[in-house]
Amino acid sequence: MGEVRINAAGMPYQILNQRIRALVAGGEKEIILDNVLGQRFIGDGIRGEDVTITVNGVPGGDLAMFMSGPTVIVHGNADHAPGNTMDNGKVVIHGSAGDAVAHSMRGGRVYVRDNIGYRGGINMKQYQEKRPILVVGGYARAFLGEYMAGGLVIVLGIDGVTPVSERGVGSGIHGGEIIVRDSIDPACLGGGAEQKKMTNDQKKAIRPILEDFIRTFTLDPEPILSAEYSRIVPASRRPFANKYTWE
Amino acid sequence: MCGIIGVIDRGRQCMDGSRIREALASMNERGSGEGAGYVAYGIYPDYKDYYALHVFFDNIREHKVPLENLLEKWGMIVHDEQIKTYEQPGLRKIHTPWRYFFRPNPSMMPKSISPEEDIITYLVMKVNSERNGALIFSSGKNLGVFKAAGWPEDVANFYRIQDYKGYLWLAHNRYPTNTAGWWGGAHPFNLLNWSVVHNGEITSYGTNRRYIESYGYKCTMHTDTEVVAYLVDLLVRRHGLSEELAVRAFAPPFWEEIDRMPPKEQELNRAIRLAYGSALMNGPFAICVANENLLCGFTDRIKLRPLVTAECGDRLFISSEEAAIRTIDSDITNIRMPRAGEPVIGRVYS
Repeated sequence: MGEVRINAAGMPYQILNQRIRALVAGGEKEIILDNVLGQRFIGDGIRGEDVTITVNGVPGGDLAMFMSGPTVIVHGNADHAPGNTMDNGKVVIHGSAGDAVAHSMRGGRVYVRDNIGYRGGINMKQYQEKRPILVVGGYARAFLGEYMAGGLVIVLGIDGVTPVSERGVGSGIHGGEIIVRDSIDPACLGGGAEQKKMTNDQKKAIRPILEDFIRTFTLDPEPILSAEYSRIVPASRRPFANKYTWE
Repeated sequence: MCGIIGVIDRGRQCMDGSRIREALASMNERGSGEGAGYVAYGIYPDYKDYYALHVFFDNIREHKVPLENLLEKWGMIVHDEQIKTYEQPGLRKIHTPWRYFFRPNPSMMPKSISPEEDIITYLVMKVNSERNGALIFSSGKNLGVFKAAGWPEDVANFYRIQDYKGYLWLAHNRYPTNTAGWWGGAHPFNLLNWSVVHNGEITSYGTNRRYIESYGYKCTMHTDTEVVAYLVDLLVRRHGLSEELAVRAFAPPFWEEIDRMPPKEQELNRAIRLAYGSALMNGPFAICVANENLLCGFTDRIKLRPLVTAECGDRLFISSEEAAIRTIDSDITNIRMPRAGEPVIGRVYS
């Protein structure tokens, strides 16, 4: 089958999403949405690893929520929580995104070329082979990786921008890791988080992810691959053991 | 969850309400059909020197004369008329909206340094707390609030908002969570030339309310947002703070952030927190405030509600969602997300 185009101009999100679901159920693999403006919940709950949805415009919140398998490519900015509780697949945003990007994500990848808002990666988790990954090209705002229980967040700070210059990074983190170019001001670290220099082996381990991000957005690889990185991780195995329980 | 949008044209070029209606309706999901409203500045040029009082009457026959007697006691009604409304299938008309162009008599408050404004404030507080079948929900000059319990488009069509032309608009789509939705509880909230729309909840409402009531304001709308309108009036109009400093009082830096500031900054921020501790607003919020000269947007200090801004030519836009701004102007390129607690202000050119 070829590609299917939908002109989403003025279309309520319910109708748009019903059409997308019907097309996916009918076996369509390439769906292109033009003139998207504020329609929410695009790609939510859809399945199928060979399905690609291209969004031309600015989608509304909770893009690709609960999605399992497909790829969603946005040519524009995304609103709040793209990749919310996403299970598998890929979200690629050629622009910036709002607050709570990759909120509670449990698998797959979210790539944001520019910047993200507050609480990126909040409550991300992982289980066995499921390990969600969020990569941000520019910077992230405060409370990055808040209450993270697993997964990986990488903030590249391309063009020399500070990856995070606000408070609460990794606040309440008890699993997973946040990786930033160079390092962040220790005053920006949240409670229970600790910043460590990245070893060469650890850097080697994330190289395929960086290369994929570079390919996706056709970026200059050199400054990204040669940069130094730091990891922000839980300060101990159970950083909040004494906060909520008394032993 | 609520949806807000504001736009100011700094060159005072007027916009009709049709685009703002579309923008607000694009965020219908943020509301529950229990309240929507608009305020437009610059809509009454023929009566710009008089206070435009918008009133909800429960019953014209019973409640109109007592209100008019009260107004005539404190000043002069220059002109009055029913606010034109158009029946909507999705909106139940509970109240009859009326407008008065009113000139207060300053000699009635001889000891006041701003007698006109104090008379208006007194009348609004008195009428709204007595709840005698009349509610003054708009009391500024050359501006008007239009609101009701309903969806954004229904409320806009009920007032035919597209027939009004203003250089500054605020609009709000309500999702009431803590109190029931009703006409008076819809946003914007207005006092004198101040109008406020708000997404979120002010968990410090009790503290803020006690503080503001000690200055003679009365909270009567069964919802938290009205304290913001009164706090802005107190801090900016009556105490003379700049809008920037007032926002600093509402959403101040944390103490540990103040400790890291240069000494002079530390002194200023400590003074604000100590003097206006009871004006500090806790909880999640994104707020837009306007008066005849400016539009100001800000969020709580840990950014628990969304707010984005954009500029295009003379216009500054502030909204919960980028798509709403693009609904008004599709050529926008410089969308920006302000920092938590950072005031974004657009002023008309003087």
